[in-house]
Amino acid sequence: MRGRYLPVAAFAGLIVAIQMATHFTGSGYHLTQLTMSAYYSLLAIGLCLLVGYAGQISLGHAGFFAIGGYITALLTTHDLSSRAGGASRWLAKAGILSFRIDLYGGELLTVHPWVACLVAVLATVGIAYAVGGPVLKLKGHYLAMATLGFGVIIYRIVLGTEFLGAADGISEVPPFAILPGLEVSGKAALRVPNYYLAWGLVIAGMVLLLNLIHSREGRALSSIHGAEDAAEAMGIPTARYKLSAFALSAAFAGLAGVLLTHYNGGIGPSEASVMKSVRYVAIVAIGGMANLWGTLLMSLLLNYLSLRGYFGTYDDAVFGAILILIMLFAPGGLLRRDLLEEVRDVFRGNGEKAS
Amino acid sequence: MKLLSVRGVSKRFGGLQALEDVSFDVPQGAIKALIGPNGAGKTTLFNLISGFLRPDQGSVVFGGTEVLGLAPHQIAARGMARTFQQIRLFPRMTVLENILVGRHLHSRGGFLACMLNLPFTRKEERGIRETGSEILDFLGLSGQADAEAVHLPYGQQRMVELGRALACEPRILLLDEPAAGLNIRETAEMGRLISRIRGRNVTVLLVEHDMSLVMDISDDIVVLSYGQKIAEDKAHAIQKDPEVIRVYLGEGDA
Repeated sequence: MRGRYLPVAAFAGLIVAIQMATHFTGSGYHLTQLTMSAYYSLLAIGLCLLVGYAGQISLGHAGFFAIGGYITALLTTHDLSSRAGGASRWLAKAGILSFRIDLYGGELLTVHPWVACLVAVLATVGIAYAVGGPVLKLKGHYLAMATLGFGVIIYRIVLGTEFLGAADGISEVPPFAILPGLEVSGKAALRVPNYYLAWGLVIAGMVLLLNLIHSREGRALSSIHGAEDAAEAMGIPTARYKLSAFALSAAFAGLAGVLLTHYNGGIGPSEASVMKSVRYVAIVAIGGMANLWGTLLMSLLLNYLSLRGYFGTYDDAVFGAILILIMLFAPGGLLRRDLLEEVRDVFRGNGEKAS
Repeated sequence: MKLLSVRGVSKRFGGLQALEDVSFDVPQGAIKALIGPNGAGKTTLFNLISGFLRPDQGSVVFGGTEVLGLAPHQIAARGMARTFQQIRLFPRMTVLENILVGRHLHSRGGFLACMLNLPFTRKEERGIRETGSEILDFLGLSGQADAEAVHLPYGQQRMVELGRALACEPRILLLDEPAAGLNIRETAEMGRLISRIRGRNVTVLLVEHDMSLVMDISDDIVVLSYGQKIAEDKAHAIQKDPEVIRVYLGEGDA
């Protein structure tokens, strides 16, 4: 129990240390990319549960991210004031709709961000159930292809729909006031609180997932990975568990999409692209597959480097290359649980290991 | 009282009649063995009983209810546990964790409760682990609790699989060739273990090739040949059955 939360404290320390470092070196602008990395990490750790632990590949998770992001963007920017009847006045009073002033001083009546967030995440989960039901009957490459197909469909829909801004996406998404005085937005003045809010959410997500993998439900998921028939023989309804893991990881993706959209003030079709899905799977793979901490650290590092532009025009290629190299040379992932042990074995000089 | 009742079960794979009109009962508390030459349909029968295959005809009544057509996990929930001829341990899990999965049916915390680590799931987890270490003691594998299960010697892997099935606290335990691939010492050990299982109030149905093991531990024996039941009797009587000697025992001993 202690051992489970010690790394959480250490990671929280790292997050504080990074913020301190940017503060004292006067490079606070790095926090913007680090905050964005946090939201991508939220998706990555959810995907880690599905791919690494339950052993079900998904090449469509950018689709879930985009569904969450686009729904909240649409709901919080679509002006309903022209249709202001009795119903919308009642909805405004109930706090479901809210008035705000747009950039040009006009008054907008839109869905309140809290409501939009809730609708977006629930819709993402609903779609995950609808898609996952039939698709998760497939295994291995077939599942990869089917989820890839889902990702492509979502990408083409957001790219081709005028209503969703087509290639431009949706902009002018308002800040999301989570608590009074604490809003998800990209304003420079709010950079530090947003950084802590984002990573605080990631840490909360990590605690939830760490609890899950160390429980009966986590063991049930891991048992499906590799010996599905034996899991059934233990009384585990494998189809239901796979679907639950799929929906849970989609919820993480949807929430990440919602929050990053409010943070960036908009969302575009590139967030739904297949290369994004490949990137997320590459992060889980290099993080060690069934390794939440490895996935989180790799996500922090690689997303940050990518967002700072270190990979230049080869951005997507870097993640594609990572995936190829991992699959070729370390299909179990790079940061494996037993990696330290193996390194120790080498130094002890006993290389032989039963396998 | 009969716990399991197999009635007129038939299964055809393409042109091969794997099982034809097989019927037998397993009484509560018995150790019953299924024997027969390779390809006699023993594993097919196991897969039918445990829900991994559906028969073309027949019925399987377990604990008074028809279980045919139920999914394997539903049959498991009614109190049937099984092992596999090809060992199916969970990879990337320790010996203890493998056994803990066997407690699934005896715990109830859902996704949300487990994610929040609620007091009742913590209490439940302690109970799961207590039973887990008790079973490791029973198997004599306490020292290997934290070893990765699939890296154990073969004989111990068989024992972990047995322990995992025992953790389900089944009413009936189906063992598919529990001594396959074991040496003489390990086979004797496995035989002792299976006999001790009876003390845990578990009925056993096993498929086995090792005749000395079968004769040692079983009360009744069903003999299958080419998908048909050719004999069913007490262990000592089967040894003298001329038909059985002709199709099966005779093969090796002639």
